[in-house]
Order: sequence, then C-alpha cells, then structure tokens
Amino acid sequence: MIKRKLVLSFPENIVTKPITYKLVKEFNLEFNILRAEITPNMEGKMLIELRGDKAQIDKSIKYLISTGVSVQEAAKDIILNKNQCIDCGVCASICITQALSLDNTSHKLKFNKDKCILCELCLDCCPVSAIKVHI
Amino acid sequence: MAKTIEEINEKIKNGKVVVLNAEEIIDYAEEKGTKKTAKEVDVVTTATFGPMCSSGAFINFGHPDPPIKMTKVWLNDVPACAGIAAVDVYIGAAELSETEGMNYGGAYVIEDLISGKPVKLRATSHGTDCYPRREIETYITKNTINQAYLFNPRNVYQNYAVATNSSNRTIYTYMGKLLPNFGNATYCSAGQLSPLLNDPYYRTIGIGTRIFLAGSQGYVSWYGTQHNPGKERLPNGIPCGPAGTLAVIGDLKEMSPEYLKACTFHGYGVTIFIGIGIPIPVIDEEMVEFLKIKDEDIYTEIFDYSVQRRNKPSYGKVNYKQLRSGKIKINGKFVQTGSISSYFKALEISNVLKEEIKNGKFYLTASVAPLPPEEKYGSLDILSKEEL
Repeated sequence: MIKRKLVLSFPENIVTKPITYKLVKEFNLEFNILRAEITPNMEGKMLIELRGDKAQIDKSIKYLISTGVSVQEAAKDIILNKNQCIDCGVCASICITQALSLDNTSHKLKFNKDKCILCELCLDCCPVSAIKVHI
Repeated sequence: MAKTIEEINEKIKNGKVVVLNAEEIIDYAEEKGTKKTAKEVDVVTTATFGPMCSSGAFINFGHPDPPIKMTKVWLNDVPACAGIAAVDVYIGAAELSETEGMNYGGAYVIEDLISGKPVKLRATSHGTDCYPRREIETYITKNTINQAYLFNPRNVYQNYAVATNSSNRTIYTYMGKLLPNFGNATYCSAGQLSPLLNDPYYRTIGIGTRIFLAGSQGYVSWYGTQHNPGKERLPNGIPCGPAGTLAVIGDLKEMSPEYLKACTFHGYGVTIFIGIGIPIPVIDEEMVEFLKIKDEDIYTEIFDYSVQRRNKPSYGKVNYKQLRSGKIKINGKFVQTGSISSYFKALEISNVLKEEIKNGKFYLTASVAPLPPEEKYGSLDILSKEEL
C-alpha cells in the first residue's frame, strides 16, 4: 500500500467525463481530492492523493494519460520569493483558487499555501520571476 | 488665495511645509472642505511604479587609447544604439540580449549598472584616421564611465486600458498573461495615486518639473511620445484611457534598484519597472478639487487583446475601485483582475517623496513651459510617395 500526490490537468473536452470514478472501480484505489477547480468548457485542475497497490497506481496513471489527462507529481511546492516580489498582483488575476491575492489594506501580495493546488499557471506570469517551483 | 511655488519652497526651508500623499488628501479634503484644505496643505505627493517600455539610458564610456569610433556596441551582449558620437550610446530598456533572448535585455543592463555590477562592453568600428581602433572588449561599472542618464521618451501614462482575452488560447502580452475565455483581466495605473490623474489638465506638471525618478531627483524633460491630451474625458477631467505622457530625465548613478526593476513579460519581452514620484503644489482651491480624486472616480476601458489589430473591441468601462476589488464583470461573467503596476510601491514612493520634502531635501520647481494641451495622435499608414 503506497500513497502518491498528483496534479491532474483535464483538457476542456474531457472535463465532464467521470474519470475519477474509474480509478475506484477499475484499479481499486482510494483517493482523496485535496483541491479541485473544474468548470465545464475550461481546463480543469485537481490535486489528488491516491492510495493503493503500487502496480495498480502505475496502471491508473497510464490509464489517465491515455484519456488525455496530464499527470504531474505533486511532490513539490510553489515558492514565492518575497525579496524579489514587487507586489504588483498580476499573479492574483491568474490564480484560480486565490491562493495568491493582494491584501486590501497593506497592498502586499499574500500567498496562502493551503489554498494552492500546484496548477503552476502563475509560474510564467511573474514579470520579476519571484514565483518558482520547488521540486 | 493662490499660493506660489516660492512660498511653498520658503516653507520647506523653514520646516513648516504641510505635505500629504495623494491617498491622504482624499479624506482630508472630505473632512475639512476644499477651502480649508487649500489653505492648510502645501504639497500633495503622487507616484507610480509600473512597467514603462519607452525608457533607456545615454552613456558615455570615455575614450580608450588608441581611440575608437564605436559603430556597433553590445553591453552584456545586448545591442546598444551607437549611431551618435564616438563613445556615446543609447541603450533601450526593451532591447533583447543576443545570447539570452528574453531572459536578459537593456533593462537588466540598466539595473546592473545602477546596482554597481560590472557590465561587459564590446564594440566594433570601421576605423578612421582619427579613431584607428577597430574593436574593443572591456568591463565597465557606473564608476568607470562618464555620464549615464536615463532619458525616457514616454513614462507616467495618464491612465491606461484594461486587457482581457476572448479567444480560446492563452496569450502573452505586454499586459501580462491573459487566460482564455475571459479567464482574467489586467490593468496598469496607480489610479488615485497616479501623477497625471491628480493634475489632469497639467496645471502644475510641465516641462522642467523636478521629480523623484527611481530614487534620484530628475526632471520632466518634454512631453512624452504619444502624448494625447485630447482623449475623451469625464466631467471631472479624467481621461477614460491612455492620454497624457511625460518624457523624463535623471542621473542613473543616483538611482536605486529599489525603485527601478528590470523584468520580462513571458512571451512578450523585456521591459522595466520605473518608480516615479511627482509633487503637486496645492496652488489654489481648484487644485484641491483635482487632487481629491479617488479610485471610484477614475474610469478606464476594457479591451480584447486577442484581437491582433490596432483597434480592439471594447467591453465597456470600469473604475479603479472595481478593478482593485479583485474582480469585475465582463459580459455578465465575473473575471479576476490583477494589476501590472504596483500600488504598494507607488504608495511607498509617495511617502518617501513626502519625507524628502518635509526634511528639506526636495524643493519644488515651477515648470518652464507647459505640456501641450492639444497634440496630434496619428497612426502609421502604408503609403507610396504619391499617396502622401
């Protein structure tokens, strides 16, 4: 029995398919959706923790990829370099879960890690490269 | 009663000047009324900290021996414009590195020079009787060179547009990364803190006005390129989109990397964040009316940047209070907003300038000539000589 944390990206055309259901039914996996942002007709993102037999997990990942889902290991962190950040807030417009947001009183950028689903949309939006991914 | 610049400078000298930033003046004027505010407050500090592509620096390197008339010049592999005298160049902020592409460029060279870092200078020449050398490779810092000054043809835009993306793919623009299907919207103005929005008809800001330029004391040198004072305005004088602009000048060696930052907009290119603060003298009651402007009184227009044309479709107007709330409505749908200029840094600069004035380190200047109240804002058409 092992555990793996993954970020799944669902392209628009398969967002509405019952893919996670198959993980239980076909591969006998337990899963815990830690965060998800799924909207019909838009790319969806999900941070998921899978528990089960190693071989079954590997098979399930192959299945996910075959359906068009992109799978990334989530054993990483988004790091905000506070010294580099200029508090413009352009990343807040990109961040679907509002883990990155501008504080209304201090006008400084806040990063709430608990809300982050590691979707990495913010990575190439920071003009001063203050947002990095830590592997 | 009208106040003169001389009277205000006398108060600065005597340590009696009353200075507020452009945010503080809003509540002050609300509470005390226009008349009292005009009497009590002498200066209001405005500021902005945003990406301003139309920026660059003139540099004079000094002459090597034997001397060279540089015709092609690179600074850390970024080409500089050498079509002026022998060892003078202009390095544009948006110029890209020939070896690192968008990861490095003119803006980074400027920031490195300000930070005191060594910069590699490479130049070639055809060689002349008076300038025999044909190539040179050496290192410079801000201490080894003669003059180095920023001369930015267009900064401090009076208002700017909001950008969004109606298409089904992510686009990378000078307004940042725009997600498909109206996934986000970006804007770029300090709003109520912004210099030209607090003096919408350029009553006090003009050619010769002393300003805070990236930590140095610089000047408004001319009106900026694309200066467009004729833009449609609200009854309060605020133009609903890009209008007036300033050309500014200041000593690079006196600047601080705290207030000037090179940056890269992924997929677009290199540009430069510049911090500019402009003090506005409270010369009369009319000036208070302009200075008390707040975010909800300042409107701008939303444009679809996925349309790759000069004129883009509009999705209506919004004000800066709505933009700063983090979301606006476009076509009935909520869209997350983000600023590409930093309000936090703008506020910081307005406060630094306030302290400098209060401490007698920064004196105000009257402008030597006004900014033009009307100006041509044309476009470039493809014409033959006969069609001109």
